[in-house]
Amino acid sequence: MRRVVVTGIGMVSPLGGDAETTWSNILSARSATKKVENFQVDDLPAQIACQIPFGDGSDGSFNADDWMEVKEQRKVDPFIVYAVSAATQALNDAGWHPKTDDEQHTTGTMIGSGIGGLQGIEQTSLLLAERGPRRVSPFFIPGRLINLASGYVSIMHGLKGPNHSVVTACSTGAHAIGDAGRMIALGDADVMVAGGAESPVCRLSLAGFAACKALSTDYNETPEKASRPWDEDRDGFVMGEGAGIVVLEEYDHAQARGAKIYGELIGYGLSGDAFHITAPAENHEGAFRAMKASLKRAGIDASEIDYVNAHGTSTMADTMELGAVERLAGDHASKLTMSSTKSAIGHLLGAAGSVEAIFCLQAMRDSKVPPTLNLDNPASDTQIDLVPHKAKDKELTTVLSNSFGFGGTNASLVFRKV
Amino acid sequence: MSDTAERVTKIVVEHLGVEEDKVVLNASFIDDLGADSLDTVELVMAFEEEFGVEIPDDSAETIQTVKDAVDYLEKNKA
Repeated sequence: MRRVVVTGIGMVSPLGGDAETTWSNILSARSATKKVENFQVDDLPAQIACQIPFGDGSDGSFNADDWMEVKEQRKVDPFIVYAVSAATQALNDAGWHPKTDDEQHTTGTMIGSGIGGLQGIEQTSLLLAERGPRRVSPFFIPGRLINLASGYVSIMHGLKGPNHSVVTACSTGAHAIGDAGRMIALGDADVMVAGGAESPVCRLSLAGFAACKALSTDYNETPEKASRPWDEDRDGFVMGEGAGIVVLEEYDHAQARGAKIYGELIGYGLSGDAFHITAPAENHEGAFRAMKASLKRAGIDASEIDYVNAHGTSTMADTMELGAVERLAGDHASKLTMSSTKSAIGHLLGAAGSVEAIFCLQAMRDSKVPPTLNLDNPASDTQIDLVPHKAKDKELTTVLSNSFGFGGTNASLVFRKV
Repeated sequence: MSDTAERVTKIVVEHLGVEEDKVVLNASFIDDLGADSLDTVELVMAFEEEFGVEIPDDSAETIQTVKDAVDYLEKNKA
């Protein structure tokens, strides 16, 4: 199969309107969790979230107008705006702007979302109830559909190759990158714009996720302490929003045009729990099998992994994932480093896997391991270094990123320095 | 410019993201102002909202230019 490398990255996150601002804030151990102020939360059990720092685009803030015309923004949910911005950033970073028929026909899109346009669905259903069907906009449907993130990016950048999308809850971003990589490996495309986008922060989703007992509710008055993967006092995840998009490219194609290469996607593993709609299988055995499958695909041993970016959501499942990684690593556990960047930016649901894949690539590039914030009292003893509180210097050659989703869907990605 | 024309112009500028001086009376929403078929549906909805009228689909199809909209609304506004 053909080799696949990453040649561009783009991001909109609660810690910045681009990938490098976000990364620098991650390394500085900043938390993005704040009390929600733009809609009513006083009657909700979870009143905090990690939201996009909107601004004029300076100082790393996010200015949607820089990326999409105002009249287009009005038609779509924010996840599409974030996707368009992150995809454009990634294409600019890769220096890839297909112009000829051949370039356009071999460049595709694979951008997913866990939920899609929930804010628009919430608002429009209220409008329908209050004002009737004549007030429902013709842009309601096309502006909420999950695959319209790929659709918009394809239209705006003239990408006429595969136009696909992924929906696997919180594994979406990782599956999108993995599946897009396979399309390149199998020759369906030479370049793919891949990742996830999500804009779930609204009353409906905070109520819904709180009802499944998934959200942190004990830290409404101390939001920065709320996301604390592996800590004894963790009590649920903090919802985040944003997008992480990469440009994946066939290795020779990237070499031929002298593109900068962040790393090679050498492994991708998938599994299903067949266990429960929201809880992971016992001992996170599905996660274990996804990681194992990614190593098999990469043709490497677990001892070659230098860093794991954990799914680590700050829920009870953290220690189960830790156990699965310990089993995978065996004697190598004491040399392994693993952290959860969800401690800083929260859980971006369908965007989490791709945002975290980008952190893995930045970590490899800079030889820096991002920290796990708020890990004051680890809930279980482990030989694995969970990088509490502060970033660390470490030479990284091979990194693994985990993502697990409702419905028992698991994905692991392995990247290696080229 | 009549009050109706002013209000129509404002809506067109906002929804289609065009400069106000382009929104002349004989401008066609689709041919001159860059609207697609979905944009025209939304424009008609915005006119209904602003002028408190209900524009039946048959009439909506005849509203192709700024003048069509102004004339229709002058005649039918609440």
